[in-house]
Amino acid sequence: MAEVSVQNVTKHFGTLKALNNVTMDFPDGGFFALLGPSGSGKTTLLRAIAGFIFTDGGSIRIGDKSVEHIPVEKRDIGMMFQNYALFPNMTVADNVGFGLRVRKVGADEERRRVGEALELVQLGQHGDRKPHQLSGGQRQRVALARAMVTNPKVLLLDEPLSALDKALRVDMQIELKRIQREIGITTIFVTHDQEEALTLSDKIGILKNGTMIQAGPPREVYSNPADVFTAEFLGEANFLSKDGKGVLGLDAASIKLPAGTGTNATLAVRPESMSITVDEPQQDDMSKLPATLERRIFAGAMATCILNCDGQVFKVIARDQDIPELKEGGQVWLSWKPEKTIVVPSGG
Amino acid sequence: MSNVLANQERLKIFGLLSPAYLWLTVAIFLPLSAMLYFSFLSDVPFGDAEWTYTANNYRAFFQTSTYATLLWKSLKLGLMVTCISLLVGFPCAYVLAKAIKGRSREALFLLVILPFWSNSLVRIFSWAIVLRGNGVLELGLNAILPFEVDVNLMFTTPAIVIGLVHSYLPYVILTSYLALQAIDDNLIDAARSMGANKLTILWRIILPLSLPGLLAGAVLIFVPVVGSFMEPRILGGRVGTYFGTVIEDQFVAVFNWPLGAALSFILLAVVLLILAVASPVLKRAQT
Repeated sequence: MAEVSVQNVTKHFGTLKALNNVTMDFPDGGFFALLGPSGSGKTTLLRAIAGFIFTDGGSIRIGDKSVEHIPVEKRDIGMMFQNYALFPNMTVADNVGFGLRVRKVGADEERRRVGEALELVQLGQHGDRKPHQLSGGQRQRVALARAMVTNPKVLLLDEPLSALDKALRVDMQIELKRIQREIGITTIFVTHDQEEALTLSDKIGILKNGTMIQAGPPREVYSNPADVFTAEFLGEANFLSKDGKGVLGLDAASIKLPAGTGTNATLAVRPESMSITVDEPQQDDMSKLPATLERRIFAGAMATCILNCDGQVFKVIARDQDIPELKEGGQVWLSWKPEKTIVVPSGG
Repeated sequence: MSNVLANQERLKIFGLLSPAYLWLTVAIFLPLSAMLYFSFLSDVPFGDAEWTYTANNYRAFFQTSTYATLLWKSLKLGLMVTCISLLVGFPCAYVLAKAIKGRSREALFLLVILPFWSNSLVRIFSWAIVLRGNGVLELGLNAILPFEVDVNLMFTTPAIVIGLVHSYLPYVILTSYLALQAIDDNLIDAARSMGANKLTILWRIILPLSLPGLLAGAVLIFVPVVGSFMEPRILGGRVGTYFGTVIEDQFVAVFNWPLGAALSFILLAVVLLILAVASPVLKRAQT
C-alpha cells in the first residue's frame, strides 16, 4: 500500500496528445475515480500508472519509488480489467493463485492466501470451478480477488462495473467499497459513469481531451465545477448565462449573485437546488424566475419537471410531494438560495 | 403447426447437407470401397486376368520386415516434419496474430498461403534446383561466406524434410493463427500485471490456449506426410524409399493394385490407431 503521484505526465500517440501535462495525487488508502467521456485519456492515464505504456514526459511515483522506467510486471500493482480477463484454461483458484505462483510463495502459502482472498469476495466454495461456469457478478469478484491477492501497492480498476446490469452494479459498488475499506488499499478506477464516480470515490479527477480539468472530492467538484464542461458532465445543470452572455433575458435584480462574481462568469443551477411554487416567493433573499411547466415526469418518490423559462429548457428534480399540483402549461415560479447558484470562472 | 415447421426445417437441412454428402459418397466412399474390394483380390480384375478372393495381400505385409521397416520410416518422417513445422510455424503465427496489424499482416499472409497456389510438382522441382550440388543454395552461400562450402543436399533425407515442411507449413500457421487470434490481449496484460514474465505467459497462457490449433495443424500435417511419395521420390532419390513410394510403385510401376490397396489400408489403419490413442490428449486440450 502506498500513495501514488502523477506529475506533469505527457503521452503522445503519433500526433494525438493522449495525455497533456496531467497532474494528480492519490493519497495512501484512498479510493479515486478518473472520470471523463471516451477519448478523454482516462484509460491511458490508468495504463500509464500500471506501466503498460511508458510516458513521454513527467513523473509517476508509487510509494517512494519513481516508476516511469519500470515495466508493468515489476511495478507490483493489481489490475482488474473491463471484461475481467480471467484465464479460461484455469480454475478459479488457479486464476487467483497465478500471481502468487509467479512470486513462488510455495504451495501451502498459495492455498491459504487464495482461500482468504476468495472468502473476502464471498466465493469460498467456488475455487474448483472454471470461469465459464460462473455468473458475471461472480467473475467480477474472482477478478477482484486475483488483483488483490498479491497485496499490491495499488489497485487499478478499468471500468470495473460496466459489464454488469444495473441492479448488480449497485450491489457491487457497495461490495467494492467494503472490500477497499477492509484492505485499505489505494485504489484508482476509471469510469465514464458520473454517478459511480460520485458514489464510490474520495476524490475525482475529471479528464477531457487528455487534460486534467479538475481534481477534488466529489462534493466539491459537484458544487464548484472548474468549467462549463465539468458542470455539464458531472450531473445536470440549468445555465443562466454562459461566459457573461445571458442565456435568457434575465431580470438582473431577481438573481442574487455571491459577492465578487465576475461579469463574464458562467452561472448555473443544479436541478435539485430549485423549488417550484405557484405564487411568487416573498422572501427577498431568494433568486427567482417565472417559468412555464411543460412536463412533469413522475418517478416514485421523486419527480422531474421540464420547464420553459423564456425559451430556455430547465430541469428541476424534487420530491414529488413538494411540487404543487398543476396542469402542464401552467405558470410557476422557480426559486433557489443564492448560494446554490454555481459560478464557473470564465475561460476555465 | 409445429410439425409442419419441423418438417420444413428438416427439409432445409437435408437440402443444405445433401450436395456435400453426395459428393463425399461419390468421390471418396465409392473409390475407397472399390479399393477395399481390390485389396482382397489375387489380381486386377481387368481384361481377362484370372482372380480369386484372398487375404494374401495383407499377409505379405507381415511376411517380410521390409514393409514394417518402411512404415516405421514413414512415421518417423511424419513426426519430424510435423515437429519442425510446429517449431517454425507457431512463432510465425504468433507474430502474425499478435504483433503485426493492418496491411503488412495481409501481405505476410499472402506469402504464407503462396505455396498453396503453386503447383506441387513445380514447387518440388524448384527445391531440386536450389538444393542440388552447384545449385542456388551453394552458389548463394559461397557468394556470402568467405570460405568455400560444399552444399549438396539433393537426394538426402534433409532435402525430403525441407520439401515437405515447405508444402505443409501453411496448415500449422493457419490453424495456430486462428487459435492465437482468439486469445484476448487482456489475458496477456492481466498476466503481466500479476508479475509474469514472457516465458511464463507463453507457457501458462498462450500455449495452453492455442493447443487446439496446434494439434489440429499437427494432425493435418502428420497424416498426409506419412503417406507422401512425391517429395521423397523427387528430392530423395535412392534414400527416398518410403511406405508411400512403395504403394505408388504398386499402382504405377508394378501394376499390382491389390497389394497397393492392401498397403494403403494398413497405413490408414495405423494412422487411425495413432489418432485414437492420442484422442484423449486431443480432447483434453479442447476444454
